[in-house]
Amino acid sequence: MKKAIITVVGKDTVGILAKTCTYLAENGINILDISQTVVQDYFNMMMIVDMSGASRPFGDIAEGLAKVGESLGLQAKCQKEEIFEKMHRI
Amino acid sequence: MINLKEVIETNKMIQDENLDVRTITMGVSLLDCADSNLESCCANIYAKLLRCAGRLVKTGEEISREFGIPIVNKRVSITPAALVGASCCRRPEDYVEIARTLDRAARELGVNFLGGFSAVVSKGMTPSDELLIRSIPEALAVTERVCASVNVGSTKTGIDMDAVRLMGEIVKDAAERTKDRDSFGCAKLVVLCNAPDDNPFMAGAFHGVSEGDAVINVGVSGPGVVKYALSLIPGADFETLCETIKRTAFKITRVGQLVAQEASRRLGVPFGIIDLSLAPTPAVGDSVADILKEIGLAHPGAPGTTAALALLNDQVKKGGVMASSYVGGLSGAFIPVSEDQGMIDAVEAGALTIEKLEAMTCVCSVGLDMIAIPGDTSAATISGIIADEAAIGMVNQKTTAVRIIPVVGKGVGDSVEFGGLLGHAPIMPVNGFDCSRFVGRKGRIPAPIHSFKN
Repeated sequence: MKKAIITVVGKDTVGILAKTCTYLAENGINILDISQTVVQDYFNMMMIVDMSGASRPFGDIAEGLAKVGESLGLQAKCQKEEIFEKMHRI
Repeated sequence: MINLKEVIETNKMIQDENLDVRTITMGVSLLDCADSNLESCCANIYAKLLRCAGRLVKTGEEISREFGIPIVNKRVSITPAALVGASCCRRPEDYVEIARTLDRAARELGVNFLGGFSAVVSKGMTPSDELLIRSIPEALAVTERVCASVNVGSTKTGIDMDAVRLMGEIVKDAAERTKDRDSFGCAKLVVLCNAPDDNPFMAGAFHGVSEGDAVINVGVSGPGVVKYALSLIPGADFETLCETIKRTAFKITRVGQLVAQEASRRLGVPFGIIDLSLAPTPAVGDSVADILKEIGLAHPGAPGTTAALALLNDQVKKGGVMASSYVGGLSGAFIPVSEDQGMIDAVEAGALTIEKLEAMTCVCSVGLDMIAIPGDTSAATISGIIADEAAIGMVNQKTTAVRIIPVVGKGVGDSVEFGGLLGHAPIMPVNGFDCSRFVGRKGRIPAPIHSFKN
């Protein structure tokens, strides 16, 4: 399994989850877990996804996701899980 | 499993607090490029650099994109050039030719700096070392990306005062030959004592002879992250203060460790060390001076600065050491003037002098760094400053360095703009009393008594 973390941050609006999930489905990415919260009036969503069935290279997927985010006026990122794992776990 | 709070914390560090990996530096041994013919030697150097580091920049960019962490610089360090050119360089001009080759390779590789146009002369200079040193001013004037360094002393060997005296003249000459660019040549030249073999940071990086054929060293940064963490605990006691710095340094360093291991794996080059450094940039919020202010000083330079810096430096190491499997390089807090807006402000406010900076270098990671001084400062005075720093390094068994820029045509009250990561700086006054009879003495200062540990 190749885990990655997707984060979407910005002002709350209709269709964030729908558009993000559609994009992921189109690219063969499986969602393992979703959580969200509102911090300082900002919508924060995190998904843990499995990229092992992804149809395109990681960099392209991340770029495409950022564009989906932009179309909603949000910031969307896709990062490999290890950066969080390493920083917060011994 | 990773939770949302942790993800937000990491991304906030990157986005708002300027967390980044400052540099992935590939060290490459050029010992096998030596040849008695200059042309062949240069061809060997160029070919080896392209062979070893050809994928460095691309790999760095890939890692940056996949983990979402900026990797600011991709750089290369090489075997001290005075060793590589010893059998083919007969004149300083020959070494300039090697510098041009290195510059061409650096441009082709896409790295912004290449370090190692260096000589290690802690005890004495070979004819080749001296030729290289004499070629430095011209080499820095005609190249763009080459960095030069000279190690003039160590705890084990003492200080080579002949080299110190020569370096005063070389710094002046480097300033003169780049006077049309605010003496920029001197920003690429550092004079060291106890230089480490595995430093990934410029301008003092070189790939020492104790190293393997190629190695990946990574320099982390993140003063903004430490500053932010401290801003959440105003007025806390020293225990809490130190714990907070340690925890933050740990987190920063873990990112460096991850990037280093990834780069090493993808490039098929062994991982060397992580340099645990708080390296500032002129960007607002990326300042070591701001941390000192957060600790409780109106400006760096105020009484208490040396103690606050000592505390900071030590906690950064304590937190970072556990986060990485191998630690090396310079490791600690950097205190350059022109590269740190908070330091510049302190100088302009009259809080920070060269003498106070000198005291701070006893407890920080390196030394007097990126300090602009009047262009009419004498070579002997510059040698005196170098000797003082080298003595601090020698006696305290730490790395010290001098990277000062006597800006031709400028004096106290003027300022100088280097641009980019090198920033801008007000010209600082220098103690003008003469030391030429001291630095004029020949020979070397013996190693200190506590170096004899056998």
